[in-house]
Amino acid sequence: MTAKTQDAKAQDLPAAAPVHSTPLLLRHLPYFIVAAIAVFAAATMSFDGYVLNILMQATTFAVAVFGLTVVLGLCGQINLAQAAFFGLGAYVVGLGTTDYQINFWICLIGGSLVALLAGALLGMSTLKLGGHYLAMVTISFQQILTLVIINAIWLTHGPDGISKIGRPALFQSQQSFLALCVAVLALVGYLVWHLPDTRIGRAMRAVRDNELAAGVAGIDIFRTKVLAFALSALLGGLGGGLFAGGFSYVSPDQFSFAESIVFLTMALLGGVGSPIGAVIGTGLLILIPEWLRFLKSIPGLYLAIYGLFVILIVRFMPDGIWGFVQDMLTRWCTKRPAAMTSPALQLVPAKTGGDMVLEVTGLSKHFGGLKAVDKVDIAVRRGGVHALIGPNGSGKTTTLNMLSGLYKVTSGKIMLDGTDVTDMPPHQRTAAGLGRTFQNIRLFRSMTALENVVIGAERPGNTLTGNGGQDALTERALSALTFVGLGPRANELVSSFSYGHQRLIEIARALAGNPTLLLLDEPAAGLNSTEKLELHDLLKRIAAQGLTILIIDHDMTLVREAAQHITVLNFGKRIADGESLAVLQHPDVISAYLGTE
Amino acid sequence: MDQILQLLFTGIGIGAVYALVALGFVLIFRATNVVNFAQGEFSMVAAFLMVVFAVDLQWPYWLSFIVSLAGMALFGVIFNLGVYYPLRHRTFLPVIIATIGASIFLANSVLAIYGPAPQVLEGWFETPGIQLGPVYLDSQYLLIIAVTIALVILNYWFFEHTMLGKKLQATSQDKEMASLLGISVSGMIMITFIYSAVLGGLAGILVAPVLFVSIQMGATIALKAFAATIIGGFGDVTGAIIGGIALGIIETFGAAYVSVPYKDAFAFLVLILFLVFRPQGIFGERVAEKA
Repeated sequence: MTAKTQDAKAQDLPAAAPVHSTPLLLRHLPYFIVAAIAVFAAATMSFDGYVLNILMQATTFAVAVFGLTVVLGLCGQINLAQAAFFGLGAYVVGLGTTDYQINFWICLIGGSLVALLAGALLGMSTLKLGGHYLAMVTISFQQILTLVIINAIWLTHGPDGISKIGRPALFQSQQSFLALCVAVLALVGYLVWHLPDTRIGRAMRAVRDNELAAGVAGIDIFRTKVLAFALSALLGGLGGGLFAGGFSYVSPDQFSFAESIVFLTMALLGGVGSPIGAVIGTGLLILIPEWLRFLKSIPGLYLAIYGLFVILIVRFMPDGIWGFVQDMLTRWCTKRPAAMTSPALQLVPAKTGGDMVLEVTGLSKHFGGLKAVDKVDIAVRRGGVHALIGPNGSGKTTTLNMLSGLYKVTSGKIMLDGTDVTDMPPHQRTAAGLGRTFQNIRLFRSMTALENVVIGAERPGNTLTGNGGQDALTERALSALTFVGLGPRANELVSSFSYGHQRLIEIARALAGNPTLLLLDEPAAGLNSTEKLELHDLLKRIAAQGLTILIIDHDMTLVREAAQHITVLNFGKRIADGESLAVLQHPDVISAYLGTE
Repeated sequence: MDQILQLLFTGIGIGAVYALVALGFVLIFRATNVVNFAQGEFSMVAAFLMVVFAVDLQWPYWLSFIVSLAGMALFGVIFNLGVYYPLRHRTFLPVIIATIGASIFLANSVLAIYGPAPQVLEGWFETPGIQLGPVYLDSQYLLIIAVTIALVILNYWFFEHTMLGKKLQATSQDKEMASLLGISVSGMIMITFIYSAVLGGLAGILVAPVLFVSIQMGATIALKAFAATIIGGFGDVTGAIIGGIALGIIETFGAAYVSVPYKDAFAFLVLILFLVFRPQGIFGERVAEKA
């Protein structure tokens, strides 16, 4: 089905605005009613002490496991020290309310903040590096903290632990405190549930799905990861603080590495993608050992089983129990996505510099002794299509990677619309007005087409999304998708699109951000001839709105027809530059492509 | 001065153990691009195998040694088939989580069988050591150092001068190209796991008489070895060895002059310092992902 017939179909359907008419809190009222009932039940039902303890443990643990939902599920970063953050919160509350006689609430907030701070520092030291480092550093942190808790007896009471931990005035009885914990759980669960649909939540998912593309879409990868990690630590600390209040007693072994693994298993078993999974996993792993008490009679046995669980879950049920259930639900009752209409896409490229949108002077990239790009000058005039061509190995992609900030330049200068972007990381260049696509498509694979494009629309510096509210972003994203002809399929996962359509989604993602300059890296690669014609048409429509395009491609037909100006590279040097027909007849260019006689 | 020499000797001895485990880390990392978080458990399992054969069954020490290492080779096969191989096409996160799961499983299975009390394994030699001037050379440490030197030489010869070693190198550098040249990539990865398990096992058996044989030894050794690979630079064999020995020395001096209970914290501090100031390690180079 071509894009045009889909457009026609969409017009037949009744128009439904993408904007939600009822206010958010009203739509979520049922959740709060259920939560209120749960809190009421926790406060009034009569439990014996045993059940009360289990419920208390499950609620406080679940808060900490929510932390893993954020960092591991949402952002794809590992945290093997959740028990350490849990312990930080617990010890601040424990020591604060006993040795220092400080108010419980202050201790609870203080404990959460200490955990947050520890998480942020730990994250900042490691998150620039790959995930292996994070795993090992969190394990180390966990072990060091355990060492400190046991050995710094003057501060922590050492192996004896802390008893008679205080509770706040209103919640003196264990049962009323449980009701408080359930209320906190419900609130935190609500926030974590909605986090994926917020700007920062989307950024986290983008980082998890494809770091490189996230950076180029304008997301500060490092900040996003540190934030996710710190948030996870904060929830660990909060859970720990409540745990200390709930049981009035803490000891070092409750916060050991083994407990971090228990938290991890809970998150993985229930499903790391959703807070519902966290609750399921926590509940099961607290109840199962209670049902099978003999497991606890042999030390090590139940942890050995957890370890085995982890291997099996990762292999056979990577999305956990809730992910499995969700899969079944979507298979049985596929919702037909509502048809949506949107205004036509507007492109208003910024004009702060002079005639030239992009001015590259003396750009060089050396890999050791190899001069991949050597003193190249490129000047892209505002408006119209400029092409950068050259045979394989001529340095085109290296140039592009320097333009978008994935490679550091060896020397030279890059001015984008009057701003020097030479030393900026990718996300800042995007903020400065650069939009790009990749030769090998880089979309956020777990998201819908619309969500992918919304991330593009969130480009810092995009002036066309009004107040930046959810509705304005969605509308903008939908306009961009409609512009490339995929509007009616906005709510489908990107993995269900054909290769050519995925390429269009990538272009829509860049367009939604209203860039000043659009870089297209071999957009015709892998497209069939019909798709190439559609692409050509699309480029014309984009250029017609005044957006400047710099295209890198092998496809000479596309380049000849679409570009007004061509720069040719060979062996890392610029060999020709000028108006397209003249350049294509240049003898050096012909010999570079066809060889000399 | 005497004490410094003595500490240096001990530091090098313990560092040699870290170096052996670090070597196993690096070999698996280079072959699979994944850090095996159960690497330390290889040492722990081997040490317990020694306890089974040499202590419980009272077999001769040399025989127990050979059977334990053979057991580790088999263990490498099982580990690869059970943990790595099914996940080889997934991203690194599931794989490292699986190796962490394996680590927990192994340590706690041994705990369930043997209980928490540490086991004692005698050293290889009857004579406890020799006095050389002011320094007392413990025979087990001498053995560790000698074996490490021999292995480093063997390792170099194997990777640079044998066909199999070159195939392994080719696999670790470019799997696709290696398979196009007719090298069985999964075969090479299997060999890497076997080799790495034997190396880790050897380290465990050698260090067992110095430490106690406990279920925690795996995690402790793994952390130190990981720190060693970061000091040396990931993916660099020489770096792992020098990093391991450097860490052993730092830790021994730290315990002697700063604090004994926090001995294990020095590795962590060094790790963090390197991550912040020189994440590529002493010898390593950072490789950027290509667009």
